[in-house]
Amino acid sequence: MTTPDTEPSGAAGTAAAPGAVAPAPAAAAVPRGALAETLYFAVRNGKLLGGLAVFTLLLVAALAGPLLLSGDPNAYVGLAAQAPSAEHWFGTTHFGQDVFAQFVHGLRSTFYVGAVGGGIAAVIGMVVGFTAGYRGGLVDEILNALTNVVLVLPALAVLLVINAYLGVRSLTVQALFIGLTSWPWAARAIRAQTLSLRARDFTDLARLSGVSTWKIIVREIAPNMSSYLFMTFILLFGGAILIGASLDFIGLGPTQGISLGLMLNNAAQWNALHLGMWWWFVPPGAGITAIVGSLYVMNVGLDEVFNPKLRET
Amino acid sequence: MTLRVTDLKVYYKTLRGEVKALDGVTFELGDAEILGLAGESGCGKSTLGKALIRMDGRMRLRGGGVELDGERLPIDDDAAMNRYRYHRISLIPQYSMSALNPTRRIGRMIRELVESRGVRYADVEEELLRRLKLVGLDPDVLSRYPIELSGGMKQRTVMVISTLLNPSLLIADEVTSALDVSTQKAVAKALAGFRDRGFVKSMIFVTHDISLTYQIADTIMVMYAGKLVEKASASAIVSKPRHPYTQALINSLPEVGVRYTDRRLSGIPGAPPSLLKPPAGCRFRDRCPKAFARCAAEEPPVTEVASGHFVACWKG
Amino acid sequence: MLRLENVTKRYGVGAFGGRTFTAVRDVSFEVAPGEVVSLIGESGSGKSTIGKMILRLTPISEGRITLDGADIRGFARGRRKEYYRRVQGVFQDPFSCYNPIFKADRVLWMIKEEYFPRVPRAEWDERVESALRAVRLDPGAVLGRYPHQLSGGQLQRLLVARALLLDIRYLVADEITSMLDASTRIDVLNLLADLKTRGLGVLFITHDLALGNYIAAKTVVLRRGEVVEMGDTEKVFADPRHPYARHLLASVPQLHARWDGEQEERYGGCPVHEDAAAPEADGRAGPGRLVEVEPGHLVACTGPEGGCRVALARGGPAAAAAGGR
Repeated sequence: MTTPDTEPSGAAGTAAAPGAVAPAPAAAAVPRGALAETLYFAVRNGKLLGGLAVFTLLLVAALAGPLLLSGDPNAYVGLAAQAPSAEHWFGTTHFGQDVFAQFVHGLRSTFYVGAVGGGIAAVIGMVVGFTAGYRGGLVDEILNALTNVVLVLPALAVLLVINAYLGVRSLTVQALFIGLTSWPWAARAIRAQTLSLRARDFTDLARLSGVSTWKIIVREIAPNMSSYLFMTFILLFGGAILIGASLDFIGLGPTQGISLGLMLNNAAQWNALHLGMWWWFVPPGAGITAIVGSLYVMNVGLDEVFNPKLRET
Repeated sequence: MTLRVTDLKVYYKTLRGEVKALDGVTFELGDAEILGLAGESGCGKSTLGKALIRMDGRMRLRGGGVELDGERLPIDDDAAMNRYRYHRISLIPQYSMSALNPTRRIGRMIRELVESRGVRYADVEEELLRRLKLVGLDPDVLSRYPIELSGGMKQRTVMVISTLLNPSLLIADEVTSALDVSTQKAVAKALAGFRDRGFVKSMIFVTHDISLTYQIADTIMVMYAGKLVEKASASAIVSKPRHPYTQALINSLPEVGVRYTDRRLSGIPGAPPSLLKPPAGCRFRDRCPKAFARCAAEEPPVTEVASGHFVACWKG
Repeated sequence: MLRLENVTKRYGVGAFGGRTFTAVRDVSFEVAPGEVVSLIGESGSGKSTIGKMILRLTPISEGRITLDGADIRGFARGRRKEYYRRVQGVFQDPFSCYNPIFKADRVLWMIKEEYFPRVPRAEWDERVESALRAVRLDPGAVLGRYPHQLSGGQLQRLLVARALLLDIRYLVADEITSMLDASTRIDVLNLLADLKTRGLGVLFITHDLALGNYIAAKTVVLRRGEVVEMGDTEKVFADPRHPYARHLLASVPQLHARWDGEQEERYGGCPVHEDAAAPEADGRAGPGRLVEVEPGHLVACTGPEGGCRVALARGGPAAAAAGGR
C-alpha cells in the first residue's frame, strides 16, 4: 500500500515541505457517501474494469462451458494430436481428447480448488493474523507458535499419510487440505500489518470512542489493508491452484475429472512441447496465467479506488 | 564572502504544475558567519538548503545563481556538483541519524564514505579521532553499530563526518529538531564550536525554532512562502524585528522565565498561500495586520533599512 | 479529581516477558477540574505512558488512578464508555489520528454512533457545529474533507472538538502542539486555556518547558519514569531545586537570553541537601522521597532521612539558572 507523495502536503511542522498547506481542490462532482464515492471511482478505473472483465469471462466459461459441452471431457472424441480446427477449437490431445472440453471443465475445477482452498486459507489467516496482531502478548505468542508449526509441516508427507489412510480423493478434500496448510504465511503477513496499524493513533482514538475490539478490526484496521487482504487472497488463490496442479501430478489429485494442472502435466508427460503440440499446453497455461493476472491487475486498480491519495494524481 | 546567492528560483515539478518553493532569494554569507535560516513549514528553507548541495529529481532551477568563494556553482548539474560536495559544501540532513547504515560499523562506514570521495582514510584518521574526542565521543564509537548510539551521539558522529574535510559551507538542516532539549543544546553548541575552530568556514543553520537559532547564529534570515522577508543580526531580529511576519512570529513564542498569568499570546490567523499560483504583491498580505492597497499591487522589494538589516515590506 | 496514586508501569521485555523494564515508577499527582497540569519530560521519561494509563490504553502495573474517587480499573468492559464520556485524549501526531482512507469528520461520527445513536441527525449537526465553533473551526472548511486535505492545526482542533461532543471533564493532551508551526501552535494552546475556563481539567504532556510555563498552573517534571520535582509552575520555574530540573531549564533556548558559558551538569547527590553524597549509580536514584521545600513545591530527595531540614532552612540552592524575570 504505497502512497507516492505526489505533492508534499505541508505535513509535519518540522518538515519544510514546499507547496504550502493549500487544501486540495475539492472534487466538485464527486457524490457524497463513502460507498457511492468508492463506486464512483471504481467504475472509472480502467485497471479494475479490465481485470474484472477477463476474470468474469473465464468464470463464465468455467460455469457455462461444462453445461454446453456436457459429457466426459476425457472421452476420446476424435483423431489424435489434431491442431485446432472448426470441429475441435483447441485441437485434440495425444489420445484424441478434445482440448477445449478439457479446458472448460478444467477451468471449473481449477476455480473450485482456488476458491475453496484459497478461501479457507484466507479465513484462517485473517482470524489468526488479526487476533495475534491486535491482541498481542501471550495470545500472540501462542498463535505465532502454532503458525510456525504449521509452516514447517511437511505438507506432502502429511498428505501421503492422509491419502493412504483415508483414501478420499475428491476435489473438495484436496481444496480443504490446501486451505488448512497454506494459511501460515498469510497469517504472518496480516499480523505484521495489523501490528503496524495498531500502533497508529487512530486505533487508540477509536478505543477512546468506545468502539469494540472486533469493530475496530473490521472497520478501522481491515479497510486500511483491504487491497492488501485482496492481494493475499489472490496469492492464496493462485497458490492453491498451483499446489492442486502439483498434487495432481504426483497422483494425489482427484482420480476422476480434469483440471488445468492435470492438463499441463499430461502435456508435459507426453512431450507436447517437443512434438510441437502447442495447443495442448498453451490453453491451460494461459488459463492459469489469465486468472491470476487478472486478479493482480484488479488489485492494482482497487488500490487506487480505495486510497484517496492515489485518486488525485 | 563565502556564499553569494542571487535571485535564486527553484521550483518543484508536480502533476498539478510547478510549486514555486523558492522564488527569487538573494543574500550573502560572510566568512565565519553562522546564518540562521528560520521559517515555518513550506517557507522554502529546506529547499534552499537542498538546492545548494543536491537538487532532487523534482527540483528545477528556474533562475538566479550561487557563488561559493567567488566561484559559480553548477547547482543544476548533478555530476558537476560532485566536485564540490563534501569537499567544499557539506550537508547534515534532517534525518541524518536514521541515514546511518544499520549493518555497518561506524568506522567502516566512514572509511567507505571518505574513500568514495577520493580521500585516503589514513590521511584523515588522526583528525577524525581528534574531532570525535572534541565532541565528547570515545574512539570506540568507530567499532560500534549505529543502533548502539543514542540520538545525540549519532548526531555528533554525523557532524564530525560531514565536516572532516573542512568545507567552506556547512548546511545543517533541522539537525536538532528530533533531540531532547538538553541534547539539543550540546549539539548546537558543538556546531558553533566547529565554526570557532575553523572546521567549517561558515554555516547555514536551518530550523523552525527561532529561539534556538538565536543561541548560535550571527545573523538570522526569515523566510515566508518562498521569499526572504527579513534578514538581520540575530539580536536585531529578536529584539527589533521590522517585518510584520517576523514580529508576529516572535510574539507567538512562549518563553520560560516570563509569567503568563492572564496574558495571552496570539498566533497568526490564516494559512500561507498556495505556491502553485502565488498571489501577486506581498505574499503575507492576507494575514498581515498592516496590509494596505499597495501590498496587493506591488511586491515589496528587499531593502536595507539599517546596516545589515534587510526587510521586504512597504511599511518596514 | 483525577488522581494518580503511586502508579508504576513495567513492561515485559524479551520472549515471554523474561525481563522487565520500569517505564514509570511510583508517580503520584492529581489534576483538579479547571486546572492545567503540565507533565514535562524528555524522551524515555515515561510521560506518554502515564497519559496512556490514564486513558486506559495500557494497564497499570502497580498503584491506582482514580476518577472522583473511583478506581478507573473498575470502568472495564460495559463501563468503558462511561469512563471515556468523561475522560478523553488528544495525541501528538494529528496525521496519525485519522484513518487516512476515511474523511476526517468520521471521528465525530464515531462519537454519535457509539454514544448518541438516538439523537436525530439535524440536532447532531447542530451539536457538531457548535463544537467546531468552540474550537474556532469553520464547519464548511473541515467537514467532508479527507485528513490529508487539512492542516495539522485544523486536524488537532477537530480532535478537541470531538472530545467536546462528549461531556468530558478531563483531557489528556499528549504533545499536541509539537508537530504544529509556531504561528498555529499558540492558537491550540489558547484553546486548552479556554477549556480550563470551562471547568475542564487538562493534563498537558510536553517536552517543551516554555509551553508548559505558558499554560499550566502546576508542573510535574519527570525523569526516567520518576517525578523529580513538582509543584506550582511559578515556584518550580522560578526556583528549580533538582539538578535535573535546573539542567533542563538552563538548556531551553530563550529568545532574549543566550545560553551561559559552561553549565555544570551534575546529576549526582541529593538536590535538596546539596552536600550529602548520595551518588546515583547509572542515574537512577531509587525510590526518591518527595520533600516539600516550600508550600506547593516538592523535590525528590535521595539523601538520608532527616537531613533535609538543613536545606529547607537555607532556602535551597542558588536560584534558577534560567533567571526568573
